[in-house]
Amino acid sequence: MTTAMTSTSKAVADPAGGSLRFYGVWALGIIVLIVLPMLFSSGGSLTSFSLIGIAIVFALSYNILLGQTGLLSFGHAVHYGLGGFAACHMMNAVVSHGWPIPLPFIPLFGGLGGLVFAVIIGWVMTKRAGTVFAMISLGIGELVASSSLILRSVFGGEAGITTDRTALPKLLGWSFGPQLQVYYLIAFWLVLSAIAMYALTRTPLGRICNAVRDNPERVQFIGYDPHVVRYIAFCFAGFFAGVAGGLAAINFEIANSAYLGAIQSGLVLFSTFIGGTAYFFGPILGAILVTYLQLGLTSLTTVWQLYFGIIFIGIVMYSPGGIAGLLMMHRPLIRAGTLWTVIPSYLVAIVPTVALACGVILTIETVARFSGGDPINLFGVAFNATSPVTWLTAAVLVAGGFYVARLTWRRIADAWDRAATVARDRGYLA
Amino acid sequence: MLELVVISTLNGVLFGMLLFLLSSGLTVIFSMMGVLNFAHASFYMLGAFFGFQLTKWIGFWPALVLAPLLVGAIGMAVERYGLRNTHKHGHVAELLLTFGLAFAIEEIVSMIWGKSPLDYRVPSLLDFPAFTIFSTNYPAYKIFMLAVSIIIFVALLIVLKRTRVGLIVQAALTHPHMVGHLGHNVGRVFMAVFGVGSALAGLAGVIAGPALVTQSDMAASLGPILFVVIVFGGLGSLPGAFIASLVIGLVQTFAVALDGSLASAFGPLDPSAGPSVLTDIWNVTIAQVAPIVPYVLLVIILIVRPMGLMGTRES
Amino acid sequence: MSEAVSGTTAAIEVRAVEKRFGNVGIIRDLNLSVARGERHAIIGPNGAGKSTTFNLISGHIAPTSGEVKLNGDLISGLRPFEINRRGLSRSFQVTNVFARMTVWENVRCAVLWATGHRYAFWKNVDSLPEVRERTAQILDDIHLTHRRDVPAGLLTYAEQRELEIGITIASGATVVMLDEPTAGMSHAETDRAVSLIRRLTEGKTLVIVEHDMSVVFGLADRISVLVYGHIIASGTPEEIRRDPKVKEAYLGEEAH
Repeated sequence: MTTAMTSTSKAVADPAGGSLRFYGVWALGIIVLIVLPMLFSSGGSLTSFSLIGIAIVFALSYNILLGQTGLLSFGHAVHYGLGGFAACHMMNAVVSHGWPIPLPFIPLFGGLGGLVFAVIIGWVMTKRAGTVFAMISLGIGELVASSSLILRSVFGGEAGITTDRTALPKLLGWSFGPQLQVYYLIAFWLVLSAIAMYALTRTPLGRICNAVRDNPERVQFIGYDPHVVRYIAFCFAGFFAGVAGGLAAINFEIANSAYLGAIQSGLVLFSTFIGGTAYFFGPILGAILVTYLQLGLTSLTTVWQLYFGIIFIGIVMYSPGGIAGLLMMHRPLIRAGTLWTVIPSYLVAIVPTVALACGVILTIETVARFSGGDPINLFGVAFNATSPVTWLTAAVLVAGGFYVARLTWRRIADAWDRAATVARDRGYLA
Repeated sequence: MLELVVISTLNGVLFGMLLFLLSSGLTVIFSMMGVLNFAHASFYMLGAFFGFQLTKWIGFWPALVLAPLLVGAIGMAVERYGLRNTHKHGHVAELLLTFGLAFAIEEIVSMIWGKSPLDYRVPSLLDFPAFTIFSTNYPAYKIFMLAVSIIIFVALLIVLKRTRVGLIVQAALTHPHMVGHLGHNVGRVFMAVFGVGSALAGLAGVIAGPALVTQSDMAASLGPILFVVIVFGGLGSLPGAFIASLVIGLVQTFAVALDGSLASAFGPLDPSAGPSVLTDIWNVTIAQVAPIVPYVLLVIILIVRPMGLMGTRES
Repeated sequence: MSEAVSGTTAAIEVRAVEKRFGNVGIIRDLNLSVARGERHAIIGPNGAGKSTTFNLISGHIAPTSGEVKLNGDLISGLRPFEINRRGLSRSFQVTNVFARMTVWENVRCAVLWATGHRYAFWKNVDSLPEVRERTAQILDDIHLTHRRDVPAGLLTYAEQRELEIGITIASGATVVMLDEPTAGMSHAETDRAVSLIRRLTEGKTLVIVEHDMSVVFGLADRISVLVYGHIIASGTPEEIRRDPKVKEAYLGEEAH
């Protein structure tokens, strides 16, 4: 027991070893970002990486609210969008006034755009947390999105505001015309923002945000006003969302009302929650996955958003810790050396679970393409949406897959309980 | 002008009553279960689409009964197999579940019926002008809608005031923490309340479908307004929801009907000033502002009276 | 301020406080005075309003009328965090910790305001020596050092109660209010908790609500008896033991 405890508290008790690993992870991340375009240099992958980078900054900023402070926002894209518009206007102003501000500084103004709005509206919004905050954030989101279509001089109406990133003063000879240079600019801001947002979690404010998330009532009795804590967190989240919006404006050279709409707000919620809100790296995983799926699925199926919805519902119901939570569940088992007792049950469960997933996909695609559309091609097998054979296959896969999969899931749960009991006995699990 | 006022008042009250059909269910569900049902407007949409489909198959009148029952059954299933399992993860998880559902329902609806508006017609029995005011023919169907909403409203009132279930619901509205003491059948009560709330939303969808637009984005556009209604009226207050529904229904209907702008009232601005935020605001018509009016009301009430019109609770 | 502190003003002075919920008066004409450095117990039958009294003093709810003073300053109507910043800290009857944060984080959060770090977002929380030392000291005091990295929600019940006390005293408040700190504990755990409380509140003013009479009479310098929202007697344990009103209203039932 005591040995186990000293080993879990090593990170704090022995800063040298802990910090080495800690800085190693960050260094590795930076190296990956630098090397990535050398390994995958096609225009398509550069564009994807750029979008993923922006999505990560956005999702991390969202997690300041959801994961750190416990605030569920349905209108976070407001700050993203206003950041994008601020960046566009700033770029155009730099060009027309001939200010000596090169492009890499522009995301900062995006951040200010998101921040200013958060500072103005945040105090009223963060008075209450929970469901009320969620509803209000939705209302404010709709308000801004609708207003943007009225205030044409600022938001450019339906068309939006366009800009030319190459017209700004050059920095070190970089024009930022090629996508590769834009990618590195995004990667630079990604690293900067990620470090800043991580550092924020390690400050007194960051810790108190967690306390407000866990128990806002008790926070009042240790000297803190939860309203102030929520407000400051809201402002930080607004700033970094604005940075992400600014990056998007640079990437697309346009900002329009879609930036601040409900769909964008929903996507960042999906990314963050699917990735997992309890760990700092969760939203990073989520942003990568959701952006990648979004780019990949759109060419495969017309109903890709439905798959998002289903994945999201599944995560909410069965794994509220998201992907990061699922991964981190295994850490005590690895430490206790009992992971191998669980793996066989996973392998057994894969087959019926995949069958069930195929059944669901087949069902959805059959409905979607019943009245026309391309034939279904599921992992190389062709299906005809109007043929009863397809319907039968789908039904058998769903029903049979679900029945068998449920049995195997129970086996996983049992194996887990046994492994966790051992881990607990060995002191790796509280 | 008088014509406009009369017609807009009628339409506004009608829209308000529809809103109340939805917001009453949402309020009761929220008060009893602590769940803000994000998918409530989606049940309304399902009502409209089921109504459309069933009307095609078996006619409008059977559909009027069947579609809400179907939607209610779906609502009960959502409570039984979704929310009840998610409850242990807290209200935010429940809210997220209903958010995911709303998203999925919209996708499923547009997958089956497409994204363009459906040709959901007023039943021929009611397809005639009820009366003529000044030069406007007021359709009988709208009077029918108004009648249905008022009948439901009265029925709700009777159930709440006169029956045992109504007393439980009322107790839950004023003392939400007491719901836990309902005893062993609390699960069944929740399921029933959720089912009835969903069915009412479905009914609103069936009757609103032919008069308004039946389209796969109708939930997404009505949902936020619904939330404004229940925050504006005060969370957990049925009278508040009723007043807020009427206020927002009337305000929005009048705003849509009015064509004036600051420019038409005070004359155009000096054209040499060029386009700016001021000219945007100066030239925008009230009708164009209509979509944001509910949200402006929301912000105002949050600043002036954070607990809403009739609310007693902070959260 | 220094004059008031060194003078004879009471640490807590409750004067003519009433609390109504609707038409129901939960607390009526409540008067209570707790001297500085005193260990004061509030006892009374269930539903007498003991927790409500705690909530009224700590700012959790506002009194309908009357006033509450802390070290001579009026605090009724202030928000809980404002009262806490003036040196009054309280625990809760139902364990009320930060469930997903570790034991260490729980105590550290309670130390942060008092050490002046407030809403700082420019300091690394791990490199604040006085915060670290104070947190470590309190963990040591409540015997939870070996559980420092466990999420508070996973502690045993008795451990959570101890953590609750740790959070309450962490700010270094001079007036400490504990709401049934030993509720639900075994005899051995209760003994441990009592000696813990005795040690940690040395030199401080303590107000405690407790059902266990052996704890009350062993710990308290003075006792107030609350019945139906009204204090019927206040005095030393001896005086309370002898008071006929108390016997009738409270101890009488207990004796059966």
